[in-house]
Amino acid sequence: MKTATKRGPTANPHQFTLPGFEAAQREWDDAVAAQTGTTAPRRNRSGVPVRALYTPADWDDRRYLEDLGFPGQAPWTRGIYPGMYQGRAWAQRQLVGFGLPEDYRDRLHALLEAGLTHVSIAPCNSFMRGFDADQVDPVLLGHCGVVINTLDDLATCLDGIDLGNTSLNLGDNAPFTLGAFVLALARRQGVPWSRVSGTTNQSDYLSLYVANHMFFRVALPGARRLLVDHIRFMNREVPRWNPLSVVGQHMQQAGATPAESMAFALCSAIQYAEDCIAAGMRPDECLPRFSFFFDVSISFFEEIAKFRAGRRIWARIAKERLGACDPRSWRFRFHAQTSGADLTRQQPLNNIARVAVQAMAGIFGGLQSLHTDAYDEAHSSPAEGAARIAIATQNILREEAGLTDVIDPLGGSYYLETLTNEMEAKIEAVMHRIESAGGMYAAARDGLVQRMIGESAGTFQDAVERGERAVVGVNRYRIPEALDQRPPPLARLSAEATERHLARLAAYKAQRSQTAVDRALDGIAAAANDPQKNLFEAMVEAAAAGATHGELCARARRELGDGVPAVVI
Amino acid sequence: MNPRTHAAPARPPKVLVTKIGLDAHDRGSRLVAGYLRDAGMEVLYTGPWQSIEAVVSMAIDEDVDLIGLSSLANDHLLVPKLMQAMRAAGLENVPVVIGGVVPEDDEAMLREAGVARVFRTGTSRDEIVQGLGMLIEQARVTA
Repeated sequence: MKTATKRGPTANPHQFTLPGFEAAQREWDDAVAAQTGTTAPRRNRSGVPVRALYTPADWDDRRYLEDLGFPGQAPWTRGIYPGMYQGRAWAQRQLVGFGLPEDYRDRLHALLEAGLTHVSIAPCNSFMRGFDADQVDPVLLGHCGVVINTLDDLATCLDGIDLGNTSLNLGDNAPFTLGAFVLALARRQGVPWSRVSGTTNQSDYLSLYVANHMFFRVALPGARRLLVDHIRFMNREVPRWNPLSVVGQHMQQAGATPAESMAFALCSAIQYAEDCIAAGMRPDECLPRFSFFFDVSISFFEEIAKFRAGRRIWARIAKERLGACDPRSWRFRFHAQTSGADLTRQQPLNNIARVAVQAMAGIFGGLQSLHTDAYDEAHSSPAEGAARIAIATQNILREEAGLTDVIDPLGGSYYLETLTNEMEAKIEAVMHRIESAGGMYAAARDGLVQRMIGESAGTFQDAVERGERAVVGVNRYRIPEALDQRPPPLARLSAEATERHLARLAAYKAQRSQTAVDRALDGIAAAANDPQKNLFEAMVEAAAAGATHGELCARARRELGDGVPAVVI
Repeated sequence: MNPRTHAAPARPPKVLVTKIGLDAHDRGSRLVAGYLRDAGMEVLYTGPWQSIEAVVSMAIDEDVDLIGLSSLANDHLLVPKLMQAMRAAGLENVPVVIGGVVPEDDEAMLREAGVARVFRTGTSRDEIVQGLGMLIEQARVTA
């Protein structure tokens, strides 16, 4: 017979005692054994065993200050701000992007009316690969994001948006042409850069490289240099900008477990901080503008624990390892996106329920901003009606369900506090493995991270195939597909629209000063060869001179090497 | 029916698993490549972003039995052009299958272009392995 203090790996080191506790527990143990027999503990996605019941023997309030503290205080478990969602809820940052710049503008304004609070730009895959519209097969244009090639295209996208008073979230990987267009546009409109705010989402080149699933444009060493220059330039010239969003989301979507994704992101953040420090920046100069981006799966408590544990680990690293003294440097600010990989093609409306649960996990985890996926994710890019439901889901959780009334409302739960500690240990074990391999840059370059992601993806899929991991509508509760609700109809660019855009691009190139463009592109080459110069600054000047996105990327690739992903199976 | 014991081929099936177009999401293609390898097939796995010309010449040089394309972000819209290039190169007997996110509205267009089968998300490992095995067997019989 087990005793209270010996149960499980997290038996209370304070030797919890309460008169009658052990006898009551033994009685419960026997009753459960009689009712259900002895069952092996389940494991969550990260491999942490999950038992049927947690009690003060696992976690009790005497650990309150050590494990939780108050919101906005060390160890930061309950949130990075004292008031969290009191008075100011999280930001609704929905990715928006499809079609041509004018289509984007119209969709953006419709969604702003529906409750969207922040502007986010998801560019077309042609853009993500570093090409202009005239460099790719036209049938591929505008499906997964908006086609942007020039400063004028960005101006159309943001028509009616006050650049000095709107936070922008850019899907912008190295060499950061979208950021360069934004600064050039602000200059054209007379908006001081000091008033421009937003985030360079996708600036984490290591996440792009290891998850191999987005769009890695420039070779690793060049991408490394570009990021440091981008951070330095934005910190100096655009102080309200977040130049770095450290990503765990890509890895988790590619198959990494929640604990692994958190560990990879934290190791990446260490790598980037140390690169900035090595380049002469002080920790308290760069760290307050670091932010994070995570996936939130439907593994509800595991995700909440992941975020709480990550917040603690980052504060410790920033303070103790990186030497930051400013509390703003310790704050683990993060954006979360509900997991598209959990959504199913079958019975697509079921995804609305999944997204609500995922979003709740992110909210209870203390996120700063949230993207909720549309239910048609497994079919296509979101149709407008589906995108509206995704926003409404956030509105309902925030304003109907009362989730923001109480800060960290699950704090103190025997299970959640135990799980937070166990996830923390799991995350730190993965971090140790990466650090032992030379840190995140080396572990990514050498393929270790890719192999770990592949193994976890395989383990997960095997469990789905065996039916051990339930996916409603896929391995349980299937119905004939003819009975499935139909997804919304596809919106695609017409051939005429594509033609119109290509003509516009040609006209843009014809009316600019080619001499000025050539000179500015040569400036990129000069900066690439001179470590004293800032490569991103050269990008901004070339964008302002009229260089297109494709031209900027091509020059960066020529000078810094082409980004070729490591193929690991 | 087990196609491998049934047909007793001279060599194990050889499959090219690849991605054309602009997207690189590779969770599915890596998993499927592993499944096929575990099932005894020889698998050629490429990185993403292959050109149509590269896929055709690899199929010829490596004498593959089947081409599996993974598409999650509309790159399947290039497939009719791939099928045309394969016919021009005399590869009409090499079946082409697609796996991933393919909107239902596009499936007829792909079948018309000559795609042997579309495996959409949620297809089980066994269904993929057996389906490919059967297609390869049929292609070898008609070749």
